Amino acid sequence: MKELKIQRILFYGLLLLMTIIYMGPFLFSLSISFNAEQDVFSWPIKLIPEKWTLANYQRVWQDLPFGQWLFNSVAITLIQTLTNVFFASLAGFAFARLEFPGKNIIFSVLLASLMIPGIILLVPKFIILNEFHMINTYAGLTLPGLVTVVNIFLMKQFFETIPKDLEEAALIDGCSYFRIFWQIFLPVSKPALAAVAIYTFQGSWNEFMWPVIVTTTREMFTLPVGMAFLKNEFSVQWPLLMAGTILISLPTLAIFLIFQKYFVQGVASAGLKE
Amino acid sequence: MANVKLKQLKKVYGKDVIAIKGADVSIKDKEFVVLVGPSGCGKSTLLRMIAGLEEISEGELFIDEEKVNDLSPKDRDIAMVFQNYALYPHMTVFDNMAFGLKLRKHKKEDIKRRVEEAAEILGLSEYLQRKPKEMSGGQRQRVAIGRALVRQPKVFLFDEPLSNLDAKLRVQMRIEIKRLHKQLEATMIYVTHDQIEAMTMGDKIVVLKDGYVQQVDSPMNLFNNPANKFVAGFIGSPAMNFLEGRIEKSNELEFVSGLVRFGIPEKLGLHEKLKPYIGKSLIFGFRPEYLYDKEKENSKELSVDMDIILDVTEPVGSESFNYFHFEGQEDKTFCFRSDSVYQYQGNEKIKVGLDINRLRFFDKKTEIRIA
Repeated sequence: MKELKIQRILFYGLLLLMTIIYMGPFLFSLSISFNAEQDVFSWPIKLIPEKWTLANYQRVWQDLPFGQWLFNSVAITLIQTLTNVFFASLAGFAFARLEFPGKNIIFSVLLASLMIPGIILLVPKFIILNEFHMINTYAGLTLPGLVTVVNIFLMKQFFETIPKDLEEAALIDGCSYFRIFWQIFLPVSKPALAAVAIYTFQGSWNEFMWPVIVTTTREMFTLPVGMAFLKNEFSVQWPLLMAGTILISLPTLAIFLIFQKYFVQGVASAGLKE
Repeated sequence: MANVKLKQLKKVYGKDVIAIKGADVSIKDKEFVVLVGPSGCGKSTLLRMIAGLEEISEGELFIDEEKVNDLSPKDRDIAMVFQNYALYPHMTVFDNMAFGLKLRKHKKEDIKRRVEEAAEILGLSEYLQRKPKEMSGGQRQRVAIGRALVRQPKVFLFDEPLSNLDAKLRVQMRIEIKRLHKQLEATMIYVTHDQIEAMTMGDKIVVLKDGYVQQVDSPMNLFNNPANKFVAGFIGSPAMNFLEGRIEKSNELEFVSGLVRFGIPEKLGLHEKLKPYIGKSLIFGFRPEYLYDKEKENSKELSVDMDIILDVTEPVGSESFNYFHFEGQEDKTFCFRSDSVYQYQGNEKIKVGLDINRLRFFDKKTEIRIA
């Protein structure tokens, strides 16, 4: 009994430690964002501000083109989330259920492309889009992320767990393959679709590297890029930066809390067959 | 409703895996035909070829005199009930049943009427707004049957529809499907591996093995006049007993296997067929039902006494299955069926006789029935 108790204490102690490690920076950012003083790192560090203010949040909205960046981020994220869900499921369905020449080769090539680190692709992507005169445009920001191989793979794996009989019953009932996809497979794949949507939303919303490279003017920035530019060569406006960061993280937080059930289900079902 | 004709139907997977090796079956209008055989015999493949879910490699398939080889499943006017129900999980019972009709652009009132009629027949009226996951296995299978029913197809196909149900429910659904067949007067093709299901349901049974059609006949004919050793052993439960031996000629023809020896009276009309086998090996088949304890049965025309030693007795209520060996042949076990009022013990030695009118002989090599 005593041993069990010690194990329990150790277990919860570890959990607490992990929580502090993960939550600490977030809480610290939250505290700085409400801090009225500019010198937030004065010694000793005060985790709870002496003077509270909402001014940092107001300044983010008023002094910066926050509204424009928000629009850019929302537009790109929404478009990429929708297209990823649609194209990844369409391609996943084809790979999982249809027979066509070269299917395995095409899928292998797709999978192989996952081996190449994304950072290596930045330059070729930039050159291609430059040729199409898409640098510093919405097209340039969104096109490369319309669909990702990981999402195709996820959907393919999920569709493969759906019994073949269901597809055959629909064929006999008179469905075309597109209708089977649209009316049978999509509705029963909600957990996987939600997982794809959440992953994409999260990735797209927080994407920093590509927008930094492909945008050249302030009004085309997305939120993460805009925030980064608050950090200039000589000074960092920490309270402003943190207020912006907190604002940026709210949508992801909200979405995760709302769709947590699907998120966990999706992750679990993506790897397991029924 | 319609008749279905299979002419030399073949199915080849890849280059050389032959699943169906030329099936010739003619199914009449309103007939209930059962495809039966052990796992991997090709029965489901054959059904799926009729449904259009498997391509036909060779041969011709006719539904109502129309060649349908190249028609897609939806254009063949068939409906199929699957083993695991294959209900659309996100739709209600009503929508599941109505889906096929909606796709075929039936009018709303017509769809409603048909679904309600089918639900009435199958006792599903109160469940129409439920989702499949809220129903039991038996109810789900009824919905699957309902989905086929509303379409009023030319042919109903059933692919082992009762395998997922428990034993009691299986018997109940068996009767329901049979009743439905009578009520609808529809052509039905039913696949099962369970020979009892086949015997009780089919007007006609197609027995398959290794992709070959072994015999097409009525249930009782299959039982009484099997075409070969496989059919004889597959149909009937417990299975037919087989004993290898030879035919000898003394005064009359005799079958001899170790200490087992009995005469085959000339009046049975088997002599002509058995004469070529004199001195040669063949296989003798006898059903557990046609072996009788000599002390207890005297109304039948039985063979000479044979001594058997009982190994195990399995009482199943109204009757008992007694497993035994012949004297001098300890390594081979056979079965005979007795009324459960007779209580036999293990190691008991009894005298039995064969119903002389029920002797069956098979060629050892080809396994085709000789007599």
